[in-house]
Amino acid sequence: PRVCAAANYPLYIRSIPTENELKFHYTVHTSLDVVDEKISAMGKALVDQRELYLGLLYPTEDYKVYGYVTNSKVKFVMVVDSSNTALRDNEIRSMFRKLHNSYTDIMCNPFYNPGDRIHSRAFDNMVNSMMMQVC
Amino acid sequence: MEPGPPGGPAASAAGLPLSESEQQRYSELFSRCCPPPEAAAGGSSVGELFRASQLPPDTLHQITEVCGAKRVGYFGPAQFYIALKLIAAAQSGFPVRIESIKSELPLPRFVALKNDGDVRYGTPAELHGVKFQVPHATLEKNSYKRTDEGDKQEPKSPPMSPICSPPASPSTYQRIPLTYGYGKSRSGLEQQHGAPYEVRHTTHQQDGPSSGNYGAKPAHACSTLGRSLSVEREQPDSSAHYSDDPWRITEEQRDYYVNQFRSLQPDLNSFISGSVAKNFFTKSKLPIPELSHIWELSDVDCDGALTLPEFCAAFHLVVARKNGYQLPETLPDTLLPDYLQAASLKPLRDCALFDSYSESLPGSQQTRDFSRTEKTSAEEVPDNSALLQDTKKDDKQALKVSTTVKTIPKDFQHLTVKTAPQEPNALKARPRSRSYSSTSIEDAMKKGEEPPTPPPRPQKSHSRASSLDLNKIFQQNTQAVRSGWLPPPPPALPPRPSVSQTEQVSEVELHPQMNRPPSQAEENSSAKKEVVLVQPPSKPARRKLRTETQGLETPELSPTINVTSSLPAVKPHLPVQKPSSKQKRAIQTAIRKNKEANAVLARLNSELQQQLKEVHKERIALETQLEQLRPVTVL
Repeated sequence: PRVCAAANYPLYIRSIPTENELKFHYTVHTSLDVVDEKISAMGKALVDQRELYLGLLYPTEDYKVYGYVTNSKVKFVMVVDSSNTALRDNEIRSMFRKLHNSYTDIMCNPFYNPGDRIHSRAFDNMVNSMMMQVC
Repeated sequence: MEPGPPGGPAASAAGLPLSESEQQRYSELFSRCCPPPEAAAGGSSVGELFRASQLPPDTLHQITEVCGAKRVGYFGPAQFYIALKLIAAAQSGFPVRIESIKSELPLPRFVALKNDGDVRYGTPAELHGVKFQVPHATLEKNSYKRTDEGDKQEPKSPPMSPICSPPASPSTYQRIPLTYGYGKSRSGLEQQHGAPYEVRHTTHQQDGPSSGNYGAKPAHACSTLGRSLSVEREQPDSSAHYSDDPWRITEEQRDYYVNQFRSLQPDLNSFISGSVAKNFFTKSKLPIPELSHIWELSDVDCDGALTLPEFCAAFHLVVARKNGYQLPETLPDTLLPDYLQAASLKPLRDCALFDSYSESLPGSQQTRDFSRTEKTSAEEVPDNSALLQDTKKDDKQALKVSTTVKTIPKDFQHLTVKTAPQEPNALKARPRSRSYSSTSIEDAMKKGEEPPTPPPRPQKSHSRASSLDLNKIFQQNTQAVRSGWLPPPPPALPPRPSVSQTEQVSEVELHPQMNRPPSQAEENSSAKKEVVLVQPPSKPARRKLRTETQGLETPELSPTINVTSSLPAVKPHLPVQKPSSKQKRAIQTAIRKNKEANAVLARLNSELQQQLKEVHKERIALETQLEQLRPVTVL
């Protein structure tokens, strides 16, 4: 499982089992296209829904990709092993919500420039705890 | 702990039989507490040393009295030696009397005083482990911090360092469970003492780096001696004794922080916006990631703004970091806003206004060094607050008035809060007094722009802080006070202040109308929550009409000064007016609080609106791009 928040370039990438990192990176990047597609599909009228959970993006292969995008076009992508069937949709949603909340907390930090890599320890801790729950 | 090297009969000092070792030790301690130029030891450093002796506070008070320091107001060589002897006597179990010290006694033992590495100092088992490192760090901090101010302390560090175990260990400062006992009780005592002592004590003052450097600055809290920088520096040490925990903020440090807060945000009840804080902390020259981490730790509500306790915590962390301490992963308990808020409520009654005032002056200079830089950069930022008008001195004054009661009307550094009610005035007066001493403060005040609607704080019993109006009013009052340097308001005034207070409280305008009497009255009514605006009721009405930007500045200076001076005198008058104004005050308070809340919400709203606009713009831009691309991709 891996989490990547990116505005088309990764601001934060974390994965737990650390092998296959490159594969995860690739997966996340490809899924970004899917995300963009979904965003554009919503149309301008559905602006409000941009912040919503995007749902399962890419169920192929042996993992699932979930997406979430915020109003400021920051995307959260989560890649989960298909073997991990314990994860339900609402769990994924709650995880994204937590990610989003942590992200906004980071934004509150005046020393953080949007677009910088995220080095926040609080964010790290939150992500780690979340991933521990899943794995 | 054993007495130091057995001293022979040796010479006596000031008619006091002192053995050679005693003489040596005493003179050494004295010189530590008392920088060469001065002839008397600073209260704060002496206080720290006394605290290090691990005697109960009342014993120390007793000693202070017996040795005559209270009489003369400072620790001269004679007093100091007598005091040390008394300490030794007390430690040996003798009563604190002059007679006890006639006989030969072991040398007094001071905990963690590593100067000579003597056993005498007694290495407090509990504390030491950590202390050693902390003191060293503290020393480092002191020297670090002081760099811009002066390096008096640095020379001290070297001698200390060999004694301290390798300070580097970051773990040491973490939650050092040092006894805090002395600190609080001693605050009064220590504060009285000179700073020089504290500088030395920094090493063993675990209080952490912050006390070292910043402590010095704000230290003035009680030092009777208006020493110059040296005193200031030392002061922080004294504050350190409050807690050996480097993450605990001492009184002096707190004062200093509050002063700095004021410089950025006149209203102590309000908060500093992120950009302002960013500029301010950037001045500390810490790397951005560390500042970012500090912010994360201190902004517990993650609102992008720092309230006073959050600011104190952040500042404390910055100081700690600069002194070499590693930043913790989570915010220490002593730095939690709740804790700090509760702590800040304790009025620093100990410090006499006079002391604080004089002390603050020297201290303020130091702080000014830092704050000046901060002000210049930070000030520009805070204009979000609608209250720009208050800016300039008014803000400062207002803040002072409204700020926590605790702060005593000292300059930046001394924010000791004597009594909540008085503080507002005092606060204002203080900044003003500083302005006299240093123009930078005034500038800073100006920059401190209006407090964005301070969230109601329990500390603000005098509740000025709550509404900007109050601030303004106070500022005005303080200004008036300052300008006049009026003597304590005549007894007749007190009744008025209560009345005026209530009225003025509701008024936001900063009118420099506050004449001296009003400001003084304010001080008197310090007991009252609100800043006692002595001015007659009619004035408040006028104030309202006026815009905030009325140049409070000039008058502010004088009023604040007057305020400070008049505060002590005024206090006795306060009780008179209270009954009549209580009701009014209650109403005023409620009104103020509501106004403050409104102001805060309005501010938030405006900020959010701005953000929303920006986000909308972005979205529009993106949509436009999408539109442009669509015809291409959609086939």
